Amino acid sequence: MALASELPAQSERWTTFANTLKKRAFRSPSDSFTSVFIFGLMLYMAWTLIDWAILSAVWRAEDVEHCANAGGACWSVIAARHRLILFGLYPYEEHWRSTLACLAIVATVVLSCLPRFWSTSRLVTLWIVGFGAYVVLMDGRLIGQPVVTTDQWGGLALTLFMFSSVVLLGMPLGLLLALARRSKLPVVRGAASLLIDFIRSLPLLTTLFAAAVVIPLLLPDWLNGDKIWRVIVGFALFFACYQAEVFRGGFQAIPKGQFEAGKALGLTPFQTLSRIVMPQVFRHALPSTINMVVVTFKETAIVIIIGFFDVLASANAAFGTVEWAPYYIEVYAFVGTIYWIFIFSLSQYGEYLKARMAVAKR
Amino acid sequence: MDAAALKLRRSRRDMLVQTLLVVFVVLVIWVAISTAHTNLTELNMTSGFGFLERATGWSYSFSLIDRSIDDSYSKTLLIGFLNTLFLGLICIVLSTILGFAIGTARDARQLGLNSLATVYIQIFRNLPLILQLVFWYAVLIHMPGPRQAFTMGEVAFLSNRGLMLPGFNVSPTVVLAMFAAVVLLAVVIFRQKSLQPVQKLLLWLVSGSGAMLLLAWIFAPADSSIFSIPAQQGLRFRGGIGVPIELVAMILAITLYGSAYIAEVVRGGLNEVPSGLTEAGKALGLSSRAIWFHVKVPMALRTIMPPLGNQWIFIMKATTLGVAIGFSDLFYIVSTSITQSGQTLELMGLLMLSFLLINYSLAQLVNFMNARLALKGH
Repeated sequence: MALASELPAQSERWTTFANTLKKRAFRSPSDSFTSVFIFGLMLYMAWTLIDWAILSAVWRAEDVEHCANAGGACWSVIAARHRLILFGLYPYEEHWRSTLACLAIVATVVLSCLPRFWSTSRLVTLWIVGFGAYVVLMDGRLIGQPVVTTDQWGGLALTLFMFSSVVLLGMPLGLLLALARRSKLPVVRGAASLLIDFIRSLPLLTTLFAAAVVIPLLLPDWLNGDKIWRVIVGFALFFACYQAEVFRGGFQAIPKGQFEAGKALGLTPFQTLSRIVMPQVFRHALPSTINMVVVTFKETAIVIIIGFFDVLASANAAFGTVEWAPYYIEVYAFVGTIYWIFIFSLSQYGEYLKARMAVAKR
Repeated sequence: MDAAALKLRRSRRDMLVQTLLVVFVVLVIWVAISTAHTNLTELNMTSGFGFLERATGWSYSFSLIDRSIDDSYSKTLLIGFLNTLFLGLICIVLSTILGFAIGTARDARQLGLNSLATVYIQIFRNLPLILQLVFWYAVLIHMPGPRQAFTMGEVAFLSNRGLMLPGFNVSPTVVLAMFAAVVLLAVVIFRQKSLQPVQKLLLWLVSGSGAMLLLAWIFAPADSSIFSIPAQQGLRFRGGIGVPIELVAMILAITLYGSAYIAEVVRGGLNEVPSGLTEAGKALGLSSRAIWFHVKVPMALRTIMPPLGNQWIFIMKATTLGVAIGFSDLFYIVSTSITQSGQTLELMGLLMLSFLLINYSLAQLVNFMNARLALKGH
């Protein structure tokens, strides 16, 4: 019986689909021609891609001699070199630690997308725990494993490390800068505006290069730290300046009356800010913040230029030997797919949130 | 405590906070200067801009004007600056045109066009720019050599030596004059109020090519043709305009990435045009092309312009990635100069100043365009 009652619904859905197709793809002869041509082209491209990547591909590392006359991709290079791409120069026996550490970061990002974690204390705890787990696993000192220093971290693990430390450092710094920019004190406001506008008008590469090369000239040795930390701080400053503008947009959406109402109720400025204003600011700023996080993840790839062994650098190394040199496309396709999956899912999530909030506002 | 005393206490506290901030900033600057001084003395470096007149002694991949390794640092930096501007402007123009086309397709009801545009945007926007750049560069250097070059009707060639295009048989100065003439014509023609946009565009294309041909005819050497067509000769090409692979890869990567972003901006703008306006256009019997040109785009431009300006600035900044594949943009020249001459602080200062200048000019241009677009009386 249940089946019988579902049947009309099924066919109804089918008619709606057919109607949409009729309206949007086959309205007139020229319309139909365009549709058939474009969908034919897309099917052809998809088929070529599937044929190259799956049907005619060589998969196993041992079969590399078949690659030259196979018509498709040579995934042998990935089978043989994926550890180098994912973990860089990290000691081979310790790769399980690197894997767990990467999973910790991915889990942190995924969990922070769940509304259940959307309170300041939970988010902060989550990120500190996730990031802490990463560092403890990678370093190994605290869990009684052989110590691996930061200069041996590499590949995808390094990319995720840079990304998460930039977000973790940059987010509170961005909030601080946004608050400073709205301060009543002219000197504080002026300094924050100057810093934000200056960093925002420079290319990221300039900021990172300055952090890597110029800062050692300007600061006494004891303040310099490792190059990786300087670059992370520089990158976090860049993130913070953009994020401060995102927060500023959130602040502008709060009516002035709310501050006054807080004052009238006898709340201290800090209470008004933390209990009334900030929760709304975070809400308003959420879609743009996710966009900012996505952009940061993409931009992390440029640390290769200032000499870090990130996933792009290890990809270049993966086809850097005579044996694997012809299969650069496969290596880039592999790295590109990893990036694409991360970025696509995060940005789709951002779009979903934006749509959900638009409904709530109506 | 009365109100006056509270107020006084508060203003004292404010003063204290601000003074502390100023003291802190001054302290940081003082430490930076004194450390830089000791570090530079240890390295036996003389600070200042005297090095700008020294010869560089090194070469690089691309220049619009004549260069040699005996050029001074100032000339080399100028070449880098010109390269950045040149690359940035090409990418801005190409990705804006492509972005408008794809954004319009993304806004279209036609399902095929819409899906194609969506796939394009989702692919190119969701991959890091530098990954796309090194990918295209790797593809280009693996192209066949000049003997097996891909060719388009024997006038343009693509090989691992770069892209060879047909051009005019004239000196760079005349090319500059041609460019000036084309820009001048654009300014004159697009100010005419009596012409339709399509007419303006056609008139500009025709008169622009005419002016270029005329200049080429006047200035080309008497004994040869006014066109210079590349021809394969042994392991290289003769004649034509050679576009090095670094530049091809930069233009390709930045344009694909930038156009995907601009397409989203354009789609957003077109989407915000009230549907009543397009329906009114239809009711008046306007063709869909006329609705696009006279109703949708003029209305949408007001929402599109500010984020479009941000994309232009982003594209200008993205030229710095040239250093990853050895294209001699300003950042490449500056970082090479730093390793060669050691004048880190001066060169970084010049680099930052150049980008502030570029971004400021672009922002001014966008403001000007915004003001022109604003609805009269609002």
